[in-house]
Amino acid sequence: MNYDVCIIGAGITGAMTARKLAAYDVSVAVLEAAGDVAMGATKANSAIVHAGFDAEEGTLKARLNVAGCAMMPTECAELDVPYDNCGSLVCAYSEEEIRHLEKLLARGIANGVPELRIVGGEELRRMEPKISPDAVAALWAPTAGIVCPYELCIAACEHAAINGAQFYLNFPVVSIVKEDGLFVVSDGKQVVRARYLVNACGVHSAEMAQLAGEENFPIRIIPRRGEYMLLDRAEGDTAEHVLFSCPSANGKGILVSPTVDGNLILGPTAAAIDDPDDTATTEAGLSLVQTGARHLVPGVNTRAVITQFSGVRPTPVGADGDITKSDFYIHVSEQIPGLLHLAGIESPGLASSPAVGEYAVELLSGMGLKLDKKENYMTGRPEKIRFRELTDEERSAVIAKNPLYGKIICRCETVTEGEIVDAIHRPIGARDLDMVKRRTRAGMGRCGSGFCSPRTVEILARELGVPMDEITKCGGGSVILNGGKK
Amino acid sequence: MSMIKKTCIVCPIGCHLEAEVDGDGKILSISGNTCRRGEAYMRDELTDPRRTLTSTVKVDGAKYDRYLPVKTDGGISKGRLFEAMEVLAKITVTAPVRRGDVIVENFLGEGVSLVAGKTVDSE
Amino acid sequence: MENKKIIIIGGGPAGLAAAIEANNAGIAPDDILILERDRELGGILNQCIHAGFGLHMFGEELTGPEYAGRFIDIVKERSIGYLCDAMVLSVTADREVTFVSPTEGFCRVKAGAIVLAMGCRERTRGALNIAGTRPAGIYSAGTAQRYVNIDGYLPGKRVVILGSGDIGLIMARRMTLEGAKVLRVCELMPYSGGLPRNIAQCLDDFDIPLYLSHTVTGIHGKERLEGVTVAKVGDDRRPIPGTEADIECDTLLLSVGLLPENELSREAGIVLDSITGGAQVDETMQTSIPGIFACGNVLHVHDLVDFVTKEAYRAGASAAAYVTGDAAPVGDVLTTEGKNGVRYVMPQKLNAQGNLTTETTLFFRVDNIYRDRAVVLSVDGREIFRRKKRFLEPGQMESFALTEDAIAAIRGGKTVTVALD
Repeated sequence: MNYDVCIIGAGITGAMTARKLAAYDVSVAVLEAAGDVAMGATKANSAIVHAGFDAEEGTLKARLNVAGCAMMPTECAELDVPYDNCGSLVCAYSEEEIRHLEKLLARGIANGVPELRIVGGEELRRMEPKISPDAVAALWAPTAGIVCPYELCIAACEHAAINGAQFYLNFPVVSIVKEDGLFVVSDGKQVVRARYLVNACGVHSAEMAQLAGEENFPIRIIPRRGEYMLLDRAEGDTAEHVLFSCPSANGKGILVSPTVDGNLILGPTAAAIDDPDDTATTEAGLSLVQTGARHLVPGVNTRAVITQFSGVRPTPVGADGDITKSDFYIHVSEQIPGLLHLAGIESPGLASSPAVGEYAVELLSGMGLKLDKKENYMTGRPEKIRFRELTDEERSAVIAKNPLYGKIICRCETVTEGEIVDAIHRPIGARDLDMVKRRTRAGMGRCGSGFCSPRTVEILARELGVPMDEITKCGGGSVILNGGKK
Repeated sequence: MSMIKKTCIVCPIGCHLEAEVDGDGKILSISGNTCRRGEAYMRDELTDPRRTLTSTVKVDGAKYDRYLPVKTDGGISKGRLFEAMEVLAKITVTAPVRRGDVIVENFLGEGVSLVAGKTVDSE
Repeated sequence: MENKKIIIIGGGPAGLAAAIEANNAGIAPDDILILERDRELGGILNQCIHAGFGLHMFGEELTGPEYAGRFIDIVKERSIGYLCDAMVLSVTADREVTFVSPTEGFCRVKAGAIVLAMGCRERTRGALNIAGTRPAGIYSAGTAQRYVNIDGYLPGKRVVILGSGDIGLIMARRMTLEGAKVLRVCELMPYSGGLPRNIAQCLDDFDIPLYLSHTVTGIHGKERLEGVTVAKVGDDRRPIPGTEADIECDTLLLSVGLLPENELSREAGIVLDSITGGAQVDETMQTSIPGIFACGNVLHVHDLVDFVTKEAYRAGASAAAYVTGDAAPVGDVLTTEGKNGVRYVMPQKLNAQGNLTTETTLFFRVDNIYRDRAVVLSVDGREIFRRKKRFLEPGQMESFALTEDAIAAIRGGKTVTVALD
């Protein structure tokens, strides 16, 4: 197939680029090595929409973060993705840390972050009653918020898909060659041809640059793993805002934050690792997460943990080797005409993503891509019913229309069979248990999917027309039932 | 003479049984039991250990169930459990089935019946 | 849907028995409604196809479906109201229940009395904080049981089981019979949490080794489980460095405890017991909210279903008495407590003016293995009676009925203590 633009990587960066291109009369292919979108750093991060005071003034990161944060409420509203503009607090425990807050405040103001100010201990405790008694001040950023990163990514992809973008999942790119002015991208089985190529490969973006023939890719990507713990919804009110410790060279430190789904998230650690796909958790890491979380909220109930997970973020390192000064690497390739790199996008990549997407479109336009408004452009994405969020009257109405919405499959998260069936048949439909989980929250609750997973496997098998023992947890060889049928 | 220890499986108490056995395998005494059934169990364990087998067989034409729980209504020789499982794998019954229905009489020639454990309505 | 005299949440053994006893006490069958979230009545017993149920109730060993079937038959014969595929979404303190079902839609129903009988769930890997990857092949024992017994699929072939609770032991035998190789059972504690006879007939019969004071410290494999790391633990239950061993397996079953499912109770404002995880109740099984009763594994985790049934009979009768106005007036309330090795006592409250009889039973569990001890019941520090016990194990629920002396003492007392001596 021939396309105008081929985006490699369906994380939040690739997804937002596809979404922003959807408004134009441009044919788009999105290639993703994994079996679902949002499977890299997008799947497992802190889920924070940062206000934009962390990045150095004048960097691309600072500009896109502040812009992306400002866009986020509208983006989420359009895509029907829950967004909570809860604000963030960077907490200081000493005079030295207060000086650090002042530095962040000055930087934030320079970056154009609105309404930023330092609050004293008393006001901090009023805002956040469970905060450590040792915290003496905090930097209050009311524009910060929280969003479910993979839901935002899935929604952006669904929006791009209904506007014609073609998604190729399970498409690990093994070769890129240029023929007759077109990039020919192959996974060894199929090929996709496109005039413009967008490298949005996260931790694999340096490899992809190399594959495309780029000889002077100026950054190295260090995979850095962050471990997290997710606590039960009963603990969701432990924090009302995103709570940060003062940052260190290793990142923004361990944070404590509510999630849009009402859980509490703790983490991340930050450890450089060798294998960019190694998302194991470690005993030491989980212990650090707990210690760090207690530093902020001594009463945090880490026994109410539902799951622990880790994500690998693509930390770019420039020539000088200093990771603290690293910026996003968003550049048009000088060597390979038609190639655009969206690389080195670690935190605040989620917050920046809508602005990154717009900027990418602007750069593509500068590279010669013709942007005519699409005539039958559709905003939003196909209607999504969240049974748990409905009013009683709305519940009656949806069940009357489709009785499957009256059948609860996931009792912890109140997810109905109707929602699971919908997730399977939506654009970029669910094919495995984890895809159902990310789209519906079935299996995300406190029983660890013990009750609903057999039922979800059964529904997947029925809807996809395959036997239950072909259903996987997360694609590939992750079959749920591999001991044979009776 | 030797002492043989077993945990009684007759009831949930799980008495710690002990048997004194002489060189010819003759049982001299049994202790640790708190009821007669425990003593009988120990005697059987030393001579002819038996187990109730519970498993499932396929059921066709049922409203919900694809498998029917079954059990032997008495013990079968412990050494034949896996042989019994192979036989069960070949059995398919058709709904409706009532709890207690005999599916196989004199199962494996062990003098016990294989019975249905659940009432299963047809579609 | 019209209002009901009694709504019972859960159609497992507890809910079924409560419904039958409420009907015995004079509540009309169509004034009772059992709300069951599964497609049929019977609860978790439907997948517990092994024998071992009913020795106390029926004097014979039944399988789970057989045991449930006897009660289901009665409910159906008497046309006691029930609705399957019905999930309760909320319960309020003034006894309003909302639920959904594919056939009835969204419903809001008032009840004269409510019996909570939602059962329990299994503890998960998340709750254990086991580090490592997150591949397929890790199941709670009950989930694996459903796959094997209801769906007819064997989840894996080489199995390690963490936790020696009864479901784990039963699944060791079940998966072995179905052709899997169960490599070992690891138990964190120095003793098993399961019944001794299940160790004998589920592990020993098949030469499956039980490793006490061992746990799983690591999980390996990207897509499907490829192995686990197990380690010996010290007295502090922490892994001892240097004792780790990697075991190749494609399946890890977790049988590490059950937790009463009290989300609805909590949201209704019912006072819960931090040790049992269930509601605090009095001898009538009434919770802290008048007219709401609880029984079965939602109240405290039982070892035998027979005791669930007996407890549910009491809850059903009490709910009926509440509705008909026959309940005893609430007088001075005593609290019960466990001491010196007794983890908890249920009921947590006793009504001094209540209908206490020599059939009123106190249930409790001990916190360790004990040999040749006495269980002592005291009221306000004064010993009333003692019972000798040869064996006391955490896996077994203990109980005794009140004596006339104890009842007399309770009528004028404040605190009832059960302790080991």
